[in-house]
Amino acid sequence: MSRRADQPGGVLTAPVNKIIPFSAVDGFGNRTAVFLQGCNQNCLYCHNPETIHLCVGCGTCVDACPAGALSWAGEEPAVGAADAGCTAAGDSVISSAGSGVSVASPSDVSGTSSAGVRRVAYDFDRCVNCDTCIKVCPNDASPKIRNLTPEELFDQVKPFFPFIDGITTSGGECGLYLEFLTEFYRLVKGAGKTTYMDTNGQISLAGREEFLAVTDKTMIDLKAGTDEDHRRLTGRDLGPVTDNIRLTAELGKLYEIRTVVVPDVADSRKTVELGASLIAPYPEVRYKLIKFRKYGVRENFSQTPEPSDELMESLREIAWKKGVKEVVIT
Amino acid sequence: MATNDMTQDIIYTITNPKVTFNQRLKDMAKIAENSVELVNYTEKSKEYFANGAMMDMFEGKSPYRTRYCLPDYELFLKQGSEFLMLEPPKDIWDAVGNLLCLYHNIPDDGGLPVYIGCLDKLLEPFVKDEAEAEKAIRFLLVHVDRTISNAFCHADLSGEDTKAGRIILKLTKEMGRPCPNMTLMWREDTPDDYMMAALDTAMAAAKPSFANDKLYRRDMGDYAVVSCYNTLPIGGCGLTLVRLNMNRLPELAESPEDLLNRVIPDAVTAVCDAIDSRCEFIIDFCHFYENTFLYREGLIKKDRDHMIGMFGFVGLAECVNRMLNLTDEEERFGHGERADAFGEAIMNRLKEELDKRPAKYGKYGLHAQVGVMEDTDSTPGGRIPIGEEPDLPYQIMNFIRMHRHCDAGCGELFPFDDTVKKNPRYLLDILKGAFASGARYLSFYSGNSDLVRVTGYLVKKSDLEKFEREEMTLNEATVNGSGVNKNLHLLDRKVRGEE
Repeated sequence: MSRRADQPGGVLTAPVNKIIPFSAVDGFGNRTAVFLQGCNQNCLYCHNPETIHLCVGCGTCVDACPAGALSWAGEEPAVGAADAGCTAAGDSVISSAGSGVSVASPSDVSGTSSAGVRRVAYDFDRCVNCDTCIKVCPNDASPKIRNLTPEELFDQVKPFFPFIDGITTSGGECGLYLEFLTEFYRLVKGAGKTTYMDTNGQISLAGREEFLAVTDKTMIDLKAGTDEDHRRLTGRDLGPVTDNIRLTAELGKLYEIRTVVVPDVADSRKTVELGASLIAPYPEVRYKLIKFRKYGVRENFSQTPEPSDELMESLREIAWKKGVKEVVIT
Repeated sequence: MATNDMTQDIIYTITNPKVTFNQRLKDMAKIAENSVELVNYTEKSKEYFANGAMMDMFEGKSPYRTRYCLPDYELFLKQGSEFLMLEPPKDIWDAVGNLLCLYHNIPDDGGLPVYIGCLDKLLEPFVKDEAEAEKAIRFLLVHVDRTISNAFCHADLSGEDTKAGRIILKLTKEMGRPCPNMTLMWREDTPDDYMMAALDTAMAAAKPSFANDKLYRRDMGDYAVVSCYNTLPIGGCGLTLVRLNMNRLPELAESPEDLLNRVIPDAVTAVCDAIDSRCEFIIDFCHFYENTFLYREGLIKKDRDHMIGMFGFVGLAECVNRMLNLTDEEERFGHGERADAFGEAIMNRLKEELDKRPAKYGKYGLHAQVGVMEDTDSTPGGRIPIGEEPDLPYQIMNFIRMHRHCDAGCGELFPFDDTVKKNPRYLLDILKGAFASGARYLSFYSGNSDLVRVTGYLVKKSDLEKFEREEMTLNEATVNGSGVNKNLHLLDRKVRGEE
């Protein structure tokens, strides 16, 4: 989350990567899906690596853009886009040091001065969505970001309201922007629509009463069944995830948990056993088992085989045996 | 494949390997009908036939029957028929038998009924034992599919959750056949659970489609959906359909203002004149009504509210793009506000002129026509051309905006991918939103099912392939579908779902 520096006192905004007006795969019924930029996990098989980091303003994409939708926006203080991601929970967008681009000091970044970071400006109307910028980005980021206030985002999704059950925020990891989401959800709820949060579960929701009060449902990823697998796969602990699953299930605010099944990367049986045992006491919560697909993953992961139908069915059996009522394979 | 040489046409028809005997017979009848030209058109109509901005839909040069006929089947089941020597039915088998007898005695342009009744409402009173009812309804549907064999034949479902309705949905899904075409008339009190069953069937069998009952009831009273998606009064007739090819109008106009202020009023006169001329021939010269027992037994009525002269139109998108000379994708119809506002202005002007003009017979109804197989250059009604569809919400909003005045029917179709099959509620949300926003009619189908919606009617992809291999198919509409597919790339429609 960042405060827009160009306005007195700062304005609450979040980096919006993309809005899909109608989605059949982001929760109950038809939903408008909002993707926020920046993630606090870095999963080996990430299907949208360009949503992990925030733009550091290196400018590689400015020259590459064939539509003239990207340009230099001049300088702005270092607390701008590159610094976004801090949350009240003390979490942050993961460091991109491993990818060879540093954001440690603004002055290290190409095109910056000691006063601040040069920012890439994005012209939403000119963009033809060819994704050249994403292909050339050395930083697993996207310059196609609009920093919007909750009110601005609400205005963007409002025209779709007659046709949808509600909105779903996703990412990246939308949990990094809880304060923003609270305001946005409040507006959506006020218009009579439902609010769903698609999250990796790393940001603890315990004690976040104000946020939970305006959240109808969460959908939580369970990536692994053991701490070891989880750490290897995501770089983070499993504990916060299971805590959030327990908490939201108890509150009646858990729509589904989802596990991406990737052969040989984590013990999927253990994952499903854990997930199923967590949600079995809550018959309304469904388990979604997602087949790993090569589409969109990083080059070094594109040789990983997709799971067989037999494996998916055997996992469904495990969940059923544990007492889960609805298991969806997709 | 009509030529100007009658002998050639006859030889072609009697030797054509791709049609069945019944189709051949009808083609021969059409040649005979077109060999004399007896309708007296006005000079204005002749001018528009000649310049290509108007067409008679190949309805025939000496029309001796109305284009569409919608007998009051409810009355028929109540009173039986003196002419057909039928008593009112006592059980579901009687009811099904009586209906089938009547179906084979309905005059229509294509020689086959385009409307076979609001089936659930007609049959529900006879549903006692559900297994027995299912057997009888299956018998009816199979008979209709194999003998009427035309995807323009249309059955309706009321928006009420009935046992008969559930059985029809179940059988429709199982059978996966193009005939009959089917519409569920959605009302605000139609239960979601029933709609979910209907959408499940729609995803598998590309039908039913869904009509906004409230809007059509307001415009047409007690109505039915027939043929592709024509909406007409029950107990009434769609007398004739004359079509305005809007894509040709820019050639006649000097400027956008000239199109609105001079060409549209002129074109409305040409089309309405032609409708009146044809109706005069059907009603006063051929005495269509007096010559059918349907009229004598009160199953169709000859009064203002039950006689509709259909004013069809196609090519609004092409008209707008050409008149405003729009080539940039973002500015074209369906994308740029200037284009859409002009499209809306054209439709408003058309409606205004149509309201001013008294009809010689009954009244006029505005219909967004779906096209004929010879069309290469015009998008159906006021739709956005295939290949240029914007994001789904914008396509729906545009459809609503351009078709507000289409009291005699309009429709838009959306193919969906398999991810949607797992979430039929998604379609229900879209449908309800569209109807609450003023949409009149929507069709959904699964992008990878064998049954596809051509422009308003259904064909099987496998039948199209057969036809193109020069084999016969039972369904007459395959012939139309084959041509339309090649000309308008209908199988290339944007498939919706996980994008």
